[in-house]
Amino acid sequence: MVITSILALLGLGAAAAIILAVASHLLKVEENPLIEMIAEHLPGANCGGCGFAGCEAYAAAVVANSDIPANMCTVGGAAVAAKVGELTGKVVKAGEPMVSLRRCSREEGHVEKKFEYVGTATCASAALLEGGPYKCTWACLGLGDCMRACPFDAMYMENGMVEIIASKCVSCGQCVKACPRSIPQLIPRRARVMNYCATREKLKSVSDVCDVGCINCLKCLKACPADAIAYEKRRIEIDHLACLKYGRACNEACVAACPRGIMRSRGTSAMLEETINAVQEAALADPPASQPPSSPPMDPPRPEPLQIQKVPAQPCSADSNAGADTSASPATAAEEAKS
Amino acid sequence: MDYFLMFIGAVFVNNIVLAQYLGQCPYLGCSKEKSVSIGMGSAVCFVAVLATAITWVVQKKLLDPYDLGYLQTIVFILVIAALVQFVEMFLKKMIPPLYKSLGIFLPLITTNCCVLGLAILVQREEYGLGVAVYYSFAASMGFMLALILMAGIRERFALCRVPRGLQGTSLGLIMAGLMSLSFMAFKGMI
Repeated sequence: MVITSILALLGLGAAAAIILAVASHLLKVEENPLIEMIAEHLPGANCGGCGFAGCEAYAAAVVANSDIPANMCTVGGAAVAAKVGELTGKVVKAGEPMVSLRRCSREEGHVEKKFEYVGTATCASAALLEGGPYKCTWACLGLGDCMRACPFDAMYMENGMVEIIASKCVSCGQCVKACPRSIPQLIPRRARVMNYCATREKLKSVSDVCDVGCINCLKCLKACPADAIAYEKRRIEIDHLACLKYGRACNEACVAACPRGIMRSRGTSAMLEETINAVQEAALADPPASQPPSSPPMDPPRPEPLQIQKVPAQPCSADSNAGADTSASPATAAEEAKS
Repeated sequence: MDYFLMFIGAVFVNNIVLAQYLGQCPYLGCSKEKSVSIGMGSAVCFVAVLATAITWVVQKKLLDPYDLGYLQTIVFILVIAALVQFVEMFLKKMIPPLYKSLGIFLPLITTNCCVLGLAILVQREEYGLGVAVYYSFAASMGFMLALILMAGIRERFALCRVPRGLQGTSLGLIMAGLMSLSFMAFKGMI
């Protein structure tokens, strides 16, 4: 009885194995091996930042279609773009490293609430009710739709506002899609100035509800010598690349022109020190990264000493630690030898 | 008329999920969205019908003649797992659109107790091949119905404020219990 049962099971197992082995040969789907190779180099986070359904989908598309550039993976950045370009034979134009930025200063502007919202705890539904609980209908709703959408844990809530951890942000753009008011915006990491308000209202309707909100007076637009500022869809939008191209010669005329102090130089904002550090860490980590990493992304004089202290501090401390370790180990070895 | 009654019985009275408590895992796991539950339901239906047919042949031609009835469970698991693998390869090659819609669910079904349960149930009831296949089709329709109902309720719950202690699986289990109770009402139908 034992033997028959063993035989029966072995026979069935062997039969199944043979059938599957044969089937795997006969039914093999011819896939371009490039797709798999590229997919291996992609981060595999399936965040959708490239605009495709996932990493596999992008890999398939970049192989199949010669019009799709090799640098669409925002997560992998320059390193992955170079690999994909190498595998597909496409010329890689290095992408600008971007970061997500919250365009709302609700706390700072003391925006008051119209009512206490107690419905479903998502920004999407809060925004549907009377333009949201805040007096400013463009204020960050602070219910964290963007935070939940972020696949990389780069966002957290603090005092009812969402904060972005720039060093974790890979600019996949999920937060921009999730926000019902498109308050987060992807900007170049080395952008010089930024309008920290996303309102589409004008003048008094803004100044009535917020102490610092952008009143869309367009003074910055007129002041900019590089024509890098535009009034699009009732919002001030900055063409950061044009701004960076023009350089410091303008002395940040837009910041000086802003009567509300909401157009700010990104360097002076303490909140953004982290961003600066992240950029420089990235630059230190892989030197061939596209942009000239030597030029510091921010130019105002005040925070610069801070950066200089901070950035080398980490490698230095790591080195000193390593040095301590190595110096410690021969000492212990010597002690052991003595004993 | 018998066949019709059998279908009604398999879908409502002896619903494989709600009355026989098989396949609870996909029932709770794949019932967050209606589209997912339809995909999972049709994949189970597809595999259950095939598996019932093949295990029926295995039972009658291998296990019964050699008195190996006690090996039923392990042999069926083996056969079903191999079958699902084969079906996956076959679909990928021959019917890519179907593979795209069912593909992600097929590996989940490899060890689905619903499929195995149907194969064994059919043997216990000693149905003929045709009836067995028909019964497993009807029962997997019942499985799909349970999944779709659950997904419908869950989609409603997504818009409600649920106390923290009840969120997620705990609420799912309570809903499953209540649905099971309500399906008990069908017991008197046939």
